[in-house]
Amino acid sequence: MITLQHFLVLSAVIFSIGLYGALAKRNVVAVLMCIELMFNAVNITLVAFARYLPATAGNPYGPLTGQVFALFIIAVAAAEAAVALAIILAVYRTRRSVNVEDVNLLQS
Amino acid sequence: MNADSYVAIAFWILAIGMVLAAYAVVALPRIIHSALALVLFFFQIAGLYVLLRAEFIAAVQVIIYVGAVTVLFLFAIMLTNRSYAPDSNPANRQWIAAGVVSLGLLGTLLATLGRQTWPTGGQVPANATVLLGQLMLGPFILPFEIAAILLLVAMVGAIVIARES
Amino acid sequence: MDALNAVSNFISNVLPILRDLLAGLLNNFLPGWLTEIVMSIVSISVFLAFATIVVMSLTLVERRVIAFMQNRLGPNRVGPQGVLQPVADVIKLFAKEDIIPANADPWVYRLATTVMVIPALLIYAVIPWSQNMVIANLSIGILYFVAISSVSVVGLLMAGWGSNNKFALLGAMRAAAQVISYEIPLVFSIIGVAMLAGSLSTVDIVNAQRVLWFIVLQPVAFFVFFTAATAELNRTPFDLMEAESEIVAGYHVEYSGVRFALFFLAEYLNGFAVAALATTMFFGGWLSPVETIGNWFGWNLPPLLPPYAWFFLKTYLLFFILYWLRGTLPRVRIDQLMGLAWKVLLPLALANLALTSIGLYLYRVITT
Repeated sequence: MITLQHFLVLSAVIFSIGLYGALAKRNVVAVLMCIELMFNAVNITLVAFARYLPATAGNPYGPLTGQVFALFIIAVAAAEAAVALAIILAVYRTRRSVNVEDVNLLQS
Repeated sequence: MNADSYVAIAFWILAIGMVLAAYAVVALPRIIHSALALVLFFFQIAGLYVLLRAEFIAAVQVIIYVGAVTVLFLFAIMLTNRSYAPDSNPANRQWIAAGVVSLGLLGTLLATLGRQTWPTGGQVPANATVLLGQLMLGPFILPFEIAAILLLVAMVGAIVIARES
Repeated sequence: MDALNAVSNFISNVLPILRDLLAGLLNNFLPGWLTEIVMSIVSISVFLAFATIVVMSLTLVERRVIAFMQNRLGPNRVGPQGVLQPVADVIKLFAKEDIIPANADPWVYRLATTVMVIPALLIYAVIPWSQNMVIANLSIGILYFVAISSVSVVGLLMAGWGSNNKFALLGAMRAAAQVISYEIPLVFSIIGVAMLAGSLSTVDIVNAQRVLWFIVLQPVAFFVFFTAATAELNRTPFDLMEAESEIVAGYHVEYSGVRFALFFLAEYLNGFAVAALATTMFFGGWLSPVETIGNWFGWNLPPLLPPYAWFFLKTYLLFFILYWLRGTLPRVRIDQLMGLAWKVLLPLALANLALTSIGLYLYRVITT
């Protein structure tokens, strides 16, 4: 029997893997990919809540609220990916590198 | 074999596959292999959404993530890196600290989850896709419009930033 | 009369009836779960055989039709009128060596073919051959088609990058840009049909056309859908990614033997699926036009052909348009290609969507 707990644990594991990658990777594209992992981990919890939690009196929108939030997260993540990759291309054009450590223009 | 055991089998296959794919994204030495592992991960998440009776989200997941976001990643990789190099996805100097932090987070999350009990008995309505549409264009119309504007701004911004002047 | 009805019922539901018969037979001496597994394997085998035969027929007809349009003969030596030519081609391709270039990334290179073929096969899950002959009547049917068909972009990029060849990479990047651009008008043209039918399920969409085919109500959507789909299939006049004269053959320049055959299989399977989807959404799917027109005048005409036969007839006729385009139009330039997607098809699809919603609203106001 699969319960809500299974999905939450899975999501926690994936979020931690994503966090490790986002902190420990040198390539900006890899950092972005790990951020996408974290977004998706959060989405799993939202959709799992929408599936398993009963509708309560405090929530007038019914059991699908979690799915609505997941859709908004997907939209925001898509926007984020597009802008971030554009920035990466612009940085690569001036610095010829995609390493996080080479982007230090604001460092004193 | 009833429906529950099918769900359990599918869940475990997907869960193990997803953790392996996520680990591959972080650990593989070539960045393009990481991106392809990410595709696999996104696809398996769509499978998980189907298990959770969220077919619409599953379809959106495949369209947006597999069809668009990963293609953006692959393009960015092919345009910027010497992507055939065997070590295009290295770790930086702080990987030990990062490992400690993320293991600590995992421990905290699991400990919290272990204490928490959740109410049960939730049901996804049969016509979930219709209800989802009514929610998006009814009570959630304002966030919906804001998301639309955000996407427009992001599109224009991405073009302006990425364009060679 | 009863016997006649029984026969016609058997003919129009031949596959479901045979399936139930076989499942009943197996149930006599196998446990339930084993029967399910055996039945899945049998269904998949039947489907794969069907897919192979369809693709072989499509390649043969394409070569003969194009030859006819160009005043040539085409392949006509193997078997009567060349009908066995595809068999000979397949044997030749299977007998060839499977070469992996020395500098290629072997895993990505090998997996690319799989990533191309599997989605092409998966699309067929939602195609309604008749009321009872659909593998999965999903509530999100059409959206499923859009989702699955967008996966093949990843396969293209994998093939292009994995070959480690600049022509392959160029072709793959062209193809990816093209497919993603044309996905947008494609989806917008589908929304109009979904609004009219009030459902995304393919079976519901066909059933909504019992009175009037949607090609009458949505001609612009059909034009946009078919043009965008032709571009997504990378068929002439939009086959820039494999333009032989500029980048040799695009992403599959390095592939040979079975893997090359698999790319071809995926291409034709996708093409047939798109034609089948166009039939479903705009030409009444399995519905018999004789019966539909009869109903307008209150006559009770027979359907003449079983439902799946109508479906195949319409689908092959739509696929013929693809041959026709290939025989008629020259290849477009890349700026024309992008211009067509963003400056013509997308505004057309959006205008069609706005008009459809206004029309639906007025229709509801008038009828209630």
